[in-house]
Amino acid sequence: MTPTQRRWIFLAGAFGLVAFYLWGLSGLPGFGDYPGPYGFIINRIAVGQTNATGVVSTVNFDYRGFDTVGEEFILFAAAAGVATVLRRLRDERDRPATDEAAGRDVATTSSAVRMVALLFTGPVVVMGWWLASHAQTNPSGGFQGGVILATAFILIYLSGEFLVFKRFSPVDLTDVVEAVGAGGFAAIGVSAVAMGLPYLKDFLPLGTVPGAVSSSGTIALISFFVGLEVAAAFILIIGELLEQTLLIRQGAN
Amino acid sequence: MTLAVVTPYTVPVGMMDALQITILILVAVGATAVVLIRERVRQVLALSVYGVLLAVLFLAFQAPDVTLSELTVGAVALPIILLLTLAKIRKREE
Repeated sequence: MTPTQRRWIFLAGAFGLVAFYLWGLSGLPGFGDYPGPYGFIINRIAVGQTNATGVVSTVNFDYRGFDTVGEEFILFAAAAGVATVLRRLRDERDRPATDEAAGRDVATTSSAVRMVALLFTGPVVVMGWWLASHAQTNPSGGFQGGVILATAFILIYLSGEFLVFKRFSPVDLTDVVEAVGAGGFAAIGVSAVAMGLPYLKDFLPLGTVPGAVSSSGTIALISFFVGLEVAAAFILIIGELLEQTLLIRQGAN
Repeated sequence: MTLAVVTPYTVPVGMMDALQITILILVAVGATAVVLIRERVRQVLALSVYGVLLAVLFLAFQAPDVTLSELTVGAVALPIILLLTLAKIRKREE
């Protein structure tokens, strides 16, 4: 195929794409114009039905909880995939994380980075935990909280050594936490079925004060399990990548 | 359905429009910068800043939940994963 032919094929494709794109844009509702009706219905009934004032979380963990189970297991499968792909291969070897051999150009962590990382670790844990446990009251949720909790472990890595990171997040423990998080979410759904209710139907007491931390029944519980799952999945993924970068070398011993 | 409720947090309509237009332009500039920067580590850092810009965009368009997700994933998790991958590739190339 000559370059000229190739260009014509590209131009035809590009023209088609632009035409379809403009056609699609012309059919969109106006800026800020929501045709409804689901958003309006949810806005009207969600707080009354669930006592949760974080309505986005109500949709994620209750009305569309089944979708969120699927997303949860996407992340679960992704973490498993990373762990499988990044495992130590037969022709690779571990290098001790603390070797001080001459010629190894690993920059030592500056004390400024250590200091900032140490200062931030505590607040980051608190913030992640707060987000994961307040899905029912305000914009937050297990996913965001989980990622921020995982960030705390990255700060530990930044403020110290890789080995400290490993000691704080042993793979076996992280695996278990991830499994408990993913399984817990699914188990809440199955518990509802066992009581003769639809899958993931909110079966816990909703509390009396809308927007209280103790309100909303299973929404808060699911957010907590999602937080566990997401935090563990991200710690696993980052840990595997750190191990690849810092420890595993090609070639046998 | 329009709600005309005035709260202590209500801002003039024009001010909100100006904020939204400003952040839209910033996001467009940021996205272009991410594409144009060719040096990989700098590109990842630009991507991280772009994640923060997107988060502000979502906040300006009244989606605080999406803001939090974008901050955690776009500005933190994705750049970390990319930086670690770059570090690994660089060692192998040597």
